[in-house]
Amino acid sequence: MAASSKVLDVAGVSKRFGDLQVLSDVSLTVDKGETVCVLGPSGSGKSTLLRCINWLEQPDAGQIFLNGSRVGINDAGTVMSDRDLSDIRTRIGMVFQHFALWPHLTVLQNLMEAPVQVQRRPKAEVRDEALALLAKVGLSDKRDAFPAKLSGGQKQRVGIARALAMRPDLLLFDEPTSALDPELVGEVLVVMRDLAREGMTMVIVTHEMGFAREAATRVLFMDHGRAVETGTPERFFANPETERAQQFLQRYAGDTAAMRR
Amino acid sequence: MIHDFGIVWSERALLLSGLANTAILSALSAVAALLLGFLLAPALMSKKSVVSWTARGFVDGMRCVPFLLFAYIVYYGFPTFGVRLDNWTTGLAALTIYNAAYMAEILRGAWVAQPREPIEAGIAFGFSGIRLFRRIILPPLLLSAGPVIGNQMIQIIKDSAFLTIIALPELTHAASSIQSRHYVPFAAFITAVFLYWGLCLVIEAGVSTIGRVADARR
Repeated sequence: MAASSKVLDVAGVSKRFGDLQVLSDVSLTVDKGETVCVLGPSGSGKSTLLRCINWLEQPDAGQIFLNGSRVGINDAGTVMSDRDLSDIRTRIGMVFQHFALWPHLTVLQNLMEAPVQVQRRPKAEVRDEALALLAKVGLSDKRDAFPAKLSGGQKQRVGIARALAMRPDLLLFDEPTSALDPELVGEVLVVMRDLAREGMTMVIVTHEMGFAREAATRVLFMDHGRAVETGTPERFFANPETERAQQFLQRYAGDTAAMRR
Repeated sequence: MIHDFGIVWSERALLLSGLANTAILSALSAVAALLLGFLLAPALMSKKSVVSWTARGFVDGMRCVPFLLFAYIVYYGFPTFGVRLDNWTTGLAALTIYNAAYMAEILRGAWVAQPREPIEAGIAFGFSGIRLFRRIILPPLLLSAGPVIGNQMIQIIKDSAFLTIIALPELTHAASSIQSRHYVPFAAFITAVFLYWGLCLVIEAGVSTIGRVADARR
């Protein structure tokens, strides 16, 4: 592939669970340094799209490329071996809705586990980087704590630091603040906003409209498994093109207004 | 009475060799049953119904047979199928096969109760196969199943006493020999009870260590 700044290329991906068509012909490209927020109602296929990107779900059709190389399918056209898939997955960081930290490891060990065990990088180097990442997310004092002793917001900041510790080319966020108490959402969004400013390439599935409006370089709106609309947040939030996006945004505005009352 | 215990003391070499046999037998069988359990547990959860039914049949079968009967069946049954083992190995095999069923069920239960997401995170972070199992799945599984596995080990120690009926020279067998030789049943058996109790205390110390490690992570 030519020198391109395209980090992720999702081309016509479809996925079906039983009778339910979860994704229909979804395409998305993400350039280096972009923050793409994927918006849409529950059940619109956002999370499945994310999970197809690192092949946690195997798409039924379509292609996914990371930095120009095909994800999940090898040159012979068959499904990749676990080892090849592992190589690709270490270049894609993922942040989970329910944190998914490893409960038997301390915070610092959570950060070091994959870089040392999977990427086989030298322990001392990984440790230094992990400590720097913990400082960055403001959790240096928690490095020897176990995940169970942390608040939700702290857990998710560890989750982000853990993903960053692999030095990924791309970060995927699957509703990173949906499981948090409202007062803890802010501390996580601050970390994500800093990453966006630093030029980390990210795809974020979220219901935080304020965050998307402020931090996204681009918005992808999904509904019923289709990519309905994509554009800059300024344009999308001010003038959504499709009726479905308009309805979605109105409902959100209504909810927010109801909450304020 | 004191005199009776004096007789038991004079036979301490026999008792200690019985204790050693019980300890070694139980330890080997516990490890082997746990390992077999790790093979059986995925079979119990297999999506292939032939596999899961076979495993389920074995596990339920074992759990419904009294160990004493099972020991007889193995002792008399193996030679009919042309397998000839000494008493010690037969006893070990019976104890292991029988308890593997329990271990499998314990591990299956703990496995099912594990949250799915940390394992998925392991996959997303590039873990797969053996490494995924060893680094991500196994440690929390052992921490949560630890106390129940410890309980089962105590059960194994107690079950091993039945092997006296196939003349395996374990602790109960030793106590029984002393009582028949000198007719001091109470002293001989009560001494054996305390020795069993000592073994169980060792297991419980192990369990409480696992418990402390697990509690720190809860």
